[in-house]
Amino acid sequence: MNVSYTSREQIEVYRFSLPAAIGIPLVALFLQAFLPLRFHFFDIFDLPLLVTIFLAVSRRNPVSGLFTGSVIGLLQDSLTHQPIGIYGIAKTVVGYGASSLGVKLDVENSGSRFLLVFGFYIVHEVIYLVVARGMVGQDLAWRWGHMAFAAFANAALAIPLFLILDRFKQRG
Amino acid sequence: MENLLARHRNVTILVAVLFAEVVGLAVQVKRTADTNSSRLIRVWTVTAVTPLEKAFVATQRSLGDIWHSYFYLRGVRAQNRELQDEIEQLRLQQVRLAEDAGQARRLQRLLGFKEQFIAKTLAAQVIGSSGSDMSRVVYIDKGAGDGVKQDMAVITAEGVVGKVLRIFPTSSQVLLINDPSSGVGAILEKSRLQGVIRGTPNGELVLEKMMSDERVEVGDKLLTSGGDQIFPKGLTIGEVKSVSPGRDVFLNVRVKPAAQLSRLEEVLIITQVVERQPTQQEAQSAMRAVDILAARLPSVPERTGQPSTGIPLPMGVKPAVPKATEVKPGSGAKPPASGIAAQNGLAPRPRPKPAGTGAAQLTDEGVKVQGVKPKAANGAPAATQGVGASGASAGVPATVVPRKPRPKPATGAAAPGASNANQNPPKPGRGDANSGAAGSTPPAPKVVPPPQPKPPAGTEQSPPPSTPPPETPQP
Repeated sequence: MNVSYTSREQIEVYRFSLPAAIGIPLVALFLQAFLPLRFHFFDIFDLPLLVTIFLAVSRRNPVSGLFTGSVIGLLQDSLTHQPIGIYGIAKTVVGYGASSLGVKLDVENSGSRFLLVFGFYIVHEVIYLVVARGMVGQDLAWRWGHMAFAAFANAALAIPLFLILDRFKQRG
Repeated sequence: MENLLARHRNVTILVAVLFAEVVGLAVQVKRTADTNSSRLIRVWTVTAVTPLEKAFVATQRSLGDIWHSYFYLRGVRAQNRELQDEIEQLRLQQVRLAEDAGQARRLQRLLGFKEQFIAKTLAAQVIGSSGSDMSRVVYIDKGAGDGVKQDMAVITAEGVVGKVLRIFPTSSQVLLINDPSSGVGAILEKSRLQGVIRGTPNGELVLEKMMSDERVEVGDKLLTSGGDQIFPKGLTIGEVKSVSPGRDVFLNVRVKPAAQLSRLEEVLIITQVVERQPTQQEAQSAMRAVDILAARLPSVPERTGQPSTGIPLPMGVKPAVPKATEVKPGSGAKPPASGIAAQNGLAPRPRPKPAGTGAAQLTDEGVKVQGVKPKAANGAPAATQGVGASGASAGVPATVVPRKPRPKPATGAAAPGASNANQNPPKPGRGDANSGAAGSTPPAPKVVPPPQPKPPAGTEQSPPPSTPPPETPQP
């Protein structure tokens, strides 16, 4: 039988050192705020989201994943001029979902990482738009084409980025 | 119940966290006026991120300066020549514009308008952005410690950028005009139609509140109207990119911003705007284009004893009083105008004199053609004609060709300010340059008597006779 997912006993749980756990999200936030000024196309990427997904699937702990997503999302919110919590809610859900999925799936190979990021990017954008339109009252349009393209770009970026971040993983 | 929560512990925590975030968000949305409800977390994040950004920007700038200043100097000479030419062109353009501005100020002063002046600006470096295309804000490296306050306008040399939204100790958050929550009062430069510029979710600018029967054309320039009380009036916003029918009765007008909002590096914060009326001096201080042009033309050296030099002087610079305007007791000539009253044209104006020669006279108003036929000295082209006349007729002795002697006023200024046609509307029969420029009665040429020996000291200051005899040409 061809097993497409691993059992709980087979999966490996990773952890990160404290500097890495704090530094990686901060560097992601910094680059996200800084690089679009010099490279305008970069605002299509969402580095904090990619870091959230990476940390969540590596730790494979839903509680840890949702808290990671929540903190990173709230920090990202605080750099915008909008009420704090829109990115927080979206990334909390993504962190929880990614870590829950990481428990069940093998997310070590590039193909699964690509699909994982592609899917979670769309989930993230949908939650963001729902909250922004429904709660904050923003007049945001559904741009499906843009969203699909951005999801593809983020998924493509995630493959090399995750390979770099793999170096910071420690066996738990 | 406890068993249920323990079994679904992860989901319970997720729901609890989401609930907390939703409540927090709802509280912020409700307190829209209170921007400090989430200040602490913003200050923490910005304080953590901006030092890194500042360091990166400073390093990048230093490296760029070293490269561009010491290594990459290819084509600098050619560029320098081009820039010099451009400066020359811009100087002429500036003088022309200054003349128009001076005229506008005079009109404003007459009508009691108050004008907004940008009194102080503060240069700042853009160090970061929100990192999200849902929130179009940038961070600058000037904060509360530098005197930045909320709602200050932020501009570049090209146009409007945005306004200061939040202030931190060493940095500030600037809301760009292409954010959907932004709005700028705008006016079309040509048609003077007013509207509101807003951002769209995809970062474009649209001009709202334009009725479909209004005439808006592609390429029309948009300026700030000053109605939003943030941006001073007259700053460039951009130009109309496309016009199409929109919803209801409004047009869908897309605008291309003048400032490159996606490539901002340095900006100016308007820290002080002064609202005042233009002063008398400002209204008079404009240098005319004719003066600059005339200064570049070759001129004949002055001959001793000639009534005019032919060397134009810029407005505001008092030339030596030509002998033709010196007071000669009994000659009917008037004393030269002096003081503010004379400069402003508040002093009585002289009556036109009989026809003179082709000599040019230097006055406070620049070059004035004298002695030519009314056709030549007439009208708005006084400036250009003056230039030509000054160069061509310099040094030509003034010979008088009497045409139609007219009685002179009791007192008058020999050289009234040219720029006061708006303050003292020209009366028919007055032959100053302004009346001609305004397109009214053509001025009669003045008499420029030939040089006379100076009268004894003291007689120059004597007032002219109250009823001077009609001006007659001197032999």
